[in-house]
Amino acid sequence: MSILDTRPACNPGDFRSDVKPIWCPGCGDYHVLLSFTRAFAELGLRPENTVVISGIGCSSRIPAYTNCYGFHGVHGRSLALATGLKVSRPDLTVVVASGDGDGYSIGGNHFIQACRRNIDMTYVVMDNRVYGMTKGQPSPTTEPDFDTALSPGGTGIRPFHPLVIALASGANFVARAFSGQPNETASILVEAIRHPGFSFVEVLSPCVTFRPDEREWKNKVHPAPVAATTDPAKAARRIMTDDGFNIGILYRGDRRPYRAAIECSTVDPTELEQDFAL
Amino acid sequence: MPLWDQEMPEVESISVGIVGSGGAGALTAGNLLLEAASLGGWHGLLTRTVGPQIRGGEAAALVRLATRPVECLLGRFDLLIGIDWLNANRFGGEIEVGPQSLVITDPSGGDLPNVVTLAGARTAEVPIKELAKAIPEGRPNMVALGLAAGLLSLSEDILRAVIEKRLAEKGQNAVKASDAGVQAGFAAATRLDLGMRLAAPEPPTVQRWLASGNEMTGLGAVRGGIRFAAAYPITPASEILEWLAPNLPKVGGVLFQAEDELAAINMIIGASFGGTPALTATSGPGLSLMTEALGLATAAEIPVVVVDVMRAGPSTGIPTKSEQADLNIAVYGLHGDAPHLVVAPQSIGDCLFTTQWAVHLAEALQAPAVVLSDQFVGQAVAAIDRPADLAFIGQRATAMPQVSSYKRYAVSTGGVSPMAIPGTYGGQYTADGLTHNERGTPTSNENDHRVQLDKRRTKLEQFSYGDHWATLEGDGEVAVIAWGSLTGAAREAIVQLRNSFGHIRLIAPRLLLPVQPERFIAALDGVKRTLVVEQSHGAQFYHYLRAQYDMTGDVRLLNRPGPLPIRPSEISQAIMQWSH
Repeated sequence: MSILDTRPACNPGDFRSDVKPIWCPGCGDYHVLLSFTRAFAELGLRPENTVVISGIGCSSRIPAYTNCYGFHGVHGRSLALATGLKVSRPDLTVVVASGDGDGYSIGGNHFIQACRRNIDMTYVVMDNRVYGMTKGQPSPTTEPDFDTALSPGGTGIRPFHPLVIALASGANFVARAFSGQPNETASILVEAIRHPGFSFVEVLSPCVTFRPDEREWKNKVHPAPVAATTDPAKAARRIMTDDGFNIGILYRGDRRPYRAAIECSTVDPTELEQDFAL
Repeated sequence: MPLWDQEMPEVESISVGIVGSGGAGALTAGNLLLEAASLGGWHGLLTRTVGPQIRGGEAAALVRLATRPVECLLGRFDLLIGIDWLNANRFGGEIEVGPQSLVITDPSGGDLPNVVTLAGARTAEVPIKELAKAIPEGRPNMVALGLAAGLLSLSEDILRAVIEKRLAEKGQNAVKASDAGVQAGFAAATRLDLGMRLAAPEPPTVQRWLASGNEMTGLGAVRGGIRFAAAYPITPASEILEWLAPNLPKVGGVLFQAEDELAAINMIIGASFGGTPALTATSGPGLSLMTEALGLATAAEIPVVVVDVMRAGPSTGIPTKSEQADLNIAVYGLHGDAPHLVVAPQSIGDCLFTTQWAVHLAEALQAPAVVLSDQFVGQAVAAIDRPADLAFIGQRATAMPQVSSYKRYAVSTGGVSPMAIPGTYGGQYTADGLTHNERGTPTSNENDHRVQLDKRRTKLEQFSYGDHWATLEGDGEVAVIAWGSLTGAAREAIVQLRNSFGHIRLIAPRLLLPVQPERFIAALDGVKRTLVVEQSHGAQFYHYLRAQYDMTGDVRLLNRPGPLPIRPSEISQAIMQWSH
């Protein structure tokens, strides 16, 4: 918000559009949407200066439910799209929304590269450990014995550990949240958006339709017992040894965010022709 | 100048090949030769033909110098210099010599390739390596350069200045050694006879440039207003990126290296969504990866430019060599009904114009544009007249701040709707690849789907593309239809036939999508016989023309896959044979 902006601050409702979500009743993503709008209001953002970018999947429907600028792109490429936007428009607040299939499977490499680059944006992955929109197939975070029509008897494959991958790849802020706690999630998002560089927030967001067992998550989650560390090795050890339901900010780094090296004084394009003149 | 020069026939064009194994410096020698001749006022073109290896493969610099602008190579080389012949047989038919050609060979450089012995060319032995060895830090390619320059009677002073300029960064010793090598070559050349002499050039009327098609593509992008580029390295497009990387920041832009082509195309869509005109450059394999997101740019109406420097395919194909076989994927490769723009540059200088035009069209029409360049025109270097300044700069219809409900995809008569750029108050919308209504809200309603499909088609169809849609030259009842980099060869064939055969039309569409049926019919008016020329095994261009345009009369096809370019002589032969 500009210091000359004399308009009253926005409230959470100002960030919500009139588009009705397509999510199933009881879906965790409703609460993530609530956390988004609360966090944006608390940060004093303006809808026109905030962009929510997503890929494909249930969680990726979120941009149109906000009153921000949004982009609902192709499957798995939200971080790439956001990177192009943020590098060319560093003035905007960019939040990327994804799910465990979109973000960790088809978009897995972009996740690693985005952590490496450390561009100032926030990446929120709503993890329900299943492909919901295509009706219940296993994702990279699905347990190996989860029985589905596509993988009878389970995949037998060890789940992906997104928080450790993020740390190892260079993310500057790592947190875990639970959609059933929208106030806590909003607070974590506020910190994530404020933190310079690439912030990664894994939100456990139950799919009550294909993973009714995830209703139990509300009884499993607990606040992280210790405060966030600035030591990535310590953070990695904690994350690798915790029970997967530690909620809170787990790592705050101090890597310098990426900035494009655009020259301050620019020349007229005709000056570039001198390269070619004989 | 040797005395016998005076008696030699004067010609308007001489073709020189310098061959060596990869790393021997044949390409450096060719580049310096072209630059020296250009400074002497001649026109010229250099193409490189290399194997996929960085070192230890085969490399040849193919240079044609002429008194007039040069857009293609001829079939036959007048002078061929082998620094060595170790892998020269791999060139196959790319380097052709005849009985009149002079082939200079180093006795220590291996056996002459079959193409030389079978052609019965005149050969002369010069101990190139030995001459270089006699010079401290001497390199055989500089001796080869001296030989070529001597036989072409280029100025030693100009050559020395070019070496000083281009090799200065390697240090004064390298410059000195190169000078000495070139002098040794000049001395050896006085004992040889090329049998022809290049006529004096006409004095230049405009500033002369030395540039590659890929560099011109980069400059065209900047001139058109591109200020963001994202790309993944790929042969033969990387020179576009390597030119843009240091130059975009000078005009307030940036080039970003992506992790793959999937990311590159999505990055430019993101940048363009934010209001910054954006481009990527790639080749066939990369274009294949980008097609899904090109559909997104079509549906969400985000202007982007994708340059495809075509190489031989399918799959990895021949990465270092040219073909015109990405026409189908560029025109038909998107799923669903996805109207977009496809344009093709016709020469090195035209890479500048066509890329700039593509930016203009993409921005004006809020649609993706594919620029189909190719390895030949992209990596060839030519001395060209400075391309004219053009007024085309990307101009996008943007939305003003809104107080009432903004409709991003509002239907209007022209089909283009003002685009709100993030930061614009009241313009918030969600760009979406899902079928959407005028507000941008996802819908699966039959009417919304049709209305938006109509909108996207209408805006492309109703736009006035002007005369740039095609190159139309000449008249007569016979027409040659070519596209892209083969336009130059077709033009040269038509010039060759002007005296013996008469007038022939050249029709070379620059705008391949959307198609221009009415204009095409008008261009063909009065034509009875049409020869379609293309570098594609599957005759993609011919089938495209047949599908899109009503071609009457007798239509024939001259096509071949890459990498062997179709020469002007083959085109003129096809026309002559037809008339008998």
